[in-house]
Amino acid sequence: MTLPMGRPMREIFGETVAALAADDPRIVMLDGDVGSSTRADIFEKAHPDRYLQMGIAEQNMLGVAAGMATMGLIPFISTFVSFAVVRPLDQIRVLIAQTGANVKITPGYAGLFTGQTGMSHIIVDDLAIMRAMPGMVSVAPADDVEADLALRWAASYRGPCYVRLVRDATARLFDASYRFAFGKAVVVREGRDVTLIGTGTQTPRVVEAAELLSARGVDAHVLHVPTVKPLDAEAIVAAADRTSRVITVEEHTVLGGLGGAVAEVLGELRPTQLNRIGLQDTYVQSGPNDELLDLYGLSPSRVAEQVLAILGRA
Amino acid sequence: MSALDSAPAMADAAEIERLQEAARRIRVELVRAVNHARAGHLGGPLSAADLLAALYFHVMRIRPDEPAWPDRDRFVLSKGHSSIALYAAMALRGYFPVEELLTFDAAHSRLQGHPDMTRLPGLDMSTGSLGMGISAAMGMALGARLTGRNVRAFVMLGDGECQEGEVWEAAMAAPRYRLDNLVAIIDHNKLQQYGWPGDGPDGRIPPQVPGELAGKWAAFGWRVLEVDGHDMPAIVRVLREAERGDGRPTVVIAHTVKGKGVSYMEGRYFWHTRAIKPEEFEIAMTELGETGAVEGAAR
Repeated sequence: MTLPMGRPMREIFGETVAALAADDPRIVMLDGDVGSSTRADIFEKAHPDRYLQMGIAEQNMLGVAAGMATMGLIPFISTFVSFAVVRPLDQIRVLIAQTGANVKITPGYAGLFTGQTGMSHIIVDDLAIMRAMPGMVSVAPADDVEADLALRWAASYRGPCYVRLVRDATARLFDASYRFAFGKAVVVREGRDVTLIGTGTQTPRVVEAAELLSARGVDAHVLHVPTVKPLDAEAIVAAADRTSRVITVEEHTVLGGLGGAVAEVLGELRPTQLNRIGLQDTYVQSGPNDELLDLYGLSPSRVAEQVLAILGRA
Repeated sequence: MSALDSAPAMADAAEIERLQEAARRIRVELVRAVNHARAGHLGGPLSAADLLAALYFHVMRIRPDEPAWPDRDRFVLSKGHSSIALYAAMALRGYFPVEELLTFDAAHSRLQGHPDMTRLPGLDMSTGSLGMGISAAMGMALGARLTGRNVRAFVMLGDGECQEGEVWEAAMAAPRYRLDNLVAIIDHNKLQQYGWPGDGPDGRIPPQVPGELAGKWAAFGWRVLEVDGHDMPAIVRVLREAERGDGRPTVVIAHTVKGKGVSYMEGRYFWHTRAIKPEEFEIAMTELGETGAVEGAAR
């Protein structure tokens, strides 16, 4: 089974935040000179007076956002993940996380899909970094449907949050009946043999991998974790109880992100055999999207292959 | 401008005297608190005392009994390591009891080593990692405009702090938005914590060469005003002048002396942060006009 394609999350970003701002005059967009890429330009067209170009100066942009939040405004941040998380990391720590500023860190270009830009633009450890930061919560939507819902949630959430968005169109997992619940994991496929846990746009590829596994006689249970922090420990323990074998799959380093978070939960609450599929402590080179997914073991067929190897069924 | 009118529009001799006394008290209380805590900074807080007295006792539109008043002027201490001077100004202005200053730096205190806005009402921003406060103040000035509030944002920076790149990111961005409700004040005390070696006092040279700051801020599109940061009538005049917006953000370069008011600290870089000996504390109190008020010195 191949899932249908969804719309690019970056278009959802521009449209949804613009729609939210139409109803909420407190919403502003701060752009680090990439609005034509992140599609903050859609917001700019709708609300030119609340689109604030901050130039190529991310440290200042995050600081300005913190100051604006104290004036009762709700700033959304438009830049790439690499320039939203690590470049202004200390500004996020001191001015936003430590103050509880109501700033929405909503960058695009998460994961491997960055328009063939190479390792300076492909950040492999954003979830690990943001997860470790006290006062910050992290959400990684699976598709365009969930991205829209997560952005709507972010606008209503009081406090700082990180919502990790993706540049290009990816497979659509959810239909219009889906309801995003912050802090909750969701079972997207029932199975008995092994639990596969995904986050972000890797989850649809895990679902596709599960179908390939089914043809090989492996009935995989798939859990989607859109909220990496706070983690839904209960759902993870329940899945471990069900299959007694857990494998995480993430478009991210296996150190400290989803795999690390799940290892912490299982190690403390339900010691279970756990394996982690993802980037193996490495940076990512530039290349076409599908080629990169294959190269780094994240395409559905490569995920299925690794799962079979882990299970000794290869 | 109604709240402003409650302070004398023109600073007459009596008002200047009141502000000078406020500055003296700020110095006394901050030295007392740092001595009590056996930790904290001295040189920078002492150089900033006159500027803070003018801001908190004359210039800013604030309501100490209503610290979250939405239309208050904002103040960000970008040089967060001078927190104790700000705390002393706030306590003396009525935000909290002066005795609370002796909790400075202690566990559970609202007066953390560097300002924590989540603990102390009246603090408009948490700071401490240098270079950031000016961005936050720019956001406040911009936010005031977007929300239609007649609010000014004041931010105080150190001269050493101006070595941080973020300061210049903000300096470049603020004129784009014609933020003439943003006033940066640089406590130009000519010393940083350690600095470059050279033929200056104690073998260290100032963070900048003479005129460097004024030239740079002007080049970035700011209105530059300079003042003797220990001359109270001049401080009041320059901050009044800064209120008259001309479409540009204003920077006030205040020429100050690090450690001002305590003779043995003045112009000595190593008093940036250092524990005071009991006999040194007594001398400081005496020089600051607090004879017979040296309790705590024997600790």
